[in-house]
Amino acid sequence: MLKNRLIPVVLLKNGVVVQSKMFRRYQSLGNPVTIVERIGDWGSDELIYIDISRGEGYDLNRSDLNFDNHGTVLDILADVARHCIVPLTFGGGIRTVEDVRLRLAGGADKVTLNRQALDTPDIITDCAREFGAQAIVVSIDAKATEDGGWEVCTDGNRIATGRTPADWAREAQERGAGEILINSIDRDGAGRGYDLDLIAHVADAVSVPVIALGGAREWEHFGAGLDAGADAVAAANIFSHMENSVYKAKQYLYVNDYNVRTPSFIPQAGE
Amino acid sequence: MAHVALVNYGSGNYSSVAIALTRLGIPFGEARTPGDLEAATHIILPGVGAFGAAMRRLDEQGLSNAIREHARDKSKPFLGICVGMQVLADVGREHGEHPGLGLIPGSVEKIDTSASDLPLPHIGWNELEGPCDDPLLAGLGTPPTFYFVHSFAFRAADPAHVAAHCDYGTPVTAVVRSGAIWGVQFHPEKSQQDGLGLLANFMRQGDGNA
Repeated sequence: MLKNRLIPVVLLKNGVVVQSKMFRRYQSLGNPVTIVERIGDWGSDELIYIDISRGEGYDLNRSDLNFDNHGTVLDILADVARHCIVPLTFGGGIRTVEDVRLRLAGGADKVTLNRQALDTPDIITDCAREFGAQAIVVSIDAKATEDGGWEVCTDGNRIATGRTPADWAREAQERGAGEILINSIDRDGAGRGYDLDLIAHVADAVSVPVIALGGAREWEHFGAGLDAGADAVAAANIFSHMENSVYKAKQYLYVNDYNVRTPSFIPQAGE
Repeated sequence: MAHVALVNYGSGNYSSVAIALTRLGIPFGEARTPGDLEAATHIILPGVGAFGAAMRRLDEQGLSNAIREHARDKSKPFLGICVGMQVLADVGREHGEHPGLGLIPGSVEKIDTSASDLPLPHIGWNELEGPCDDPLLAGLGTPPTFYFVHSFAFRAADPAHVAAHCDYGTPVTAVVRSGAIWGVQFHPEKSQQDGLGLLANFMRQGDGNA
């Protein structure tokens, strides 16, 4: 039977890995390639990289960083893909079908569309037709509203859209999205677990797989996310710090009878 | 000396397969034209996206007949991956009806989720079922587990051509085989140890190539 997935997320800002809190505070965690080696081969089911840069450029020009001065996000992708033996999703800042083509040809298996999909929803259909729906993930950022519901926001929590996540997810699926990534802005970096009602709200609305993101810090949070209806559970901040954290998270899920791959501590090929 | 012709026809996962072969130290060359298949001892056809688009590109690059010739007539070990496996069929029914290479009798149809109500595409890691005694699956996990990402699946006309399947509310063909022609629905280049192991096993097929 198909297993549920545990997916580490790596956030990139101007060429370095960062962690975030409510989409605002960003602390540098270093090299986008070596982090693959720390995370990637320890039983991750997939990896998601999201570039959250806001156009300030990648020329870091700092010799103290001790790694290649990547010229563009595509250079980073090429380097990451070379080291990555699990499916890789690469998103952030994608504006055109050509942007998607470059990433899929450059080593990504899937891409995420967020802002551009809201601005010009036809891009979902165009990309699905060109590359197949299975390569297109529509990523939705949601903020809780006062009436107990949620609203889709964009541009890093700067712009509210007035739409509910279920409504937008349904439209995205109709337009050809192969998966929905639902991210809670309020829970981001808060360590209180996923917004489980938000997950259920979206999972009930669509018949494509749903990936949950935002708020996981304890292993129990992953289990709760799966129970709420997510097909895959993702987390950005938690995996970047702790040694063997992917393995430990998988172990927790496995011994508690969740439907995940048997956890194994796999040394990198070639060691 | 074993040498793979890795077909590049604009399919998205050429580079991923290339990276996996590099990791394994398997010599390979990029194959774009029929001539590029000549010197190879093994052929790998990757593929993502739609059946019809894949066949159109293979036709445009003159590769359809060349692949038929080398795989069927010259018996070079051939491995199709994902859409590269699906085009082995007689016909694909994604976005209309499209003729395939016709190397393994069958058709490609949407996975039936009417009873299971499971999400489509079928995305993630799934386990192979059955005896799994095909040489490509030798020495892999118990059971072998691979990464799948697709909505359409191979329905073989002859069950003897199905070497392994997985369960997604209904049996889904995972590995097809006819002689020295193999097709895998999943992505070995993205399936960690079992995937790399399968690729290594593939290289052991043929005239004593190691």
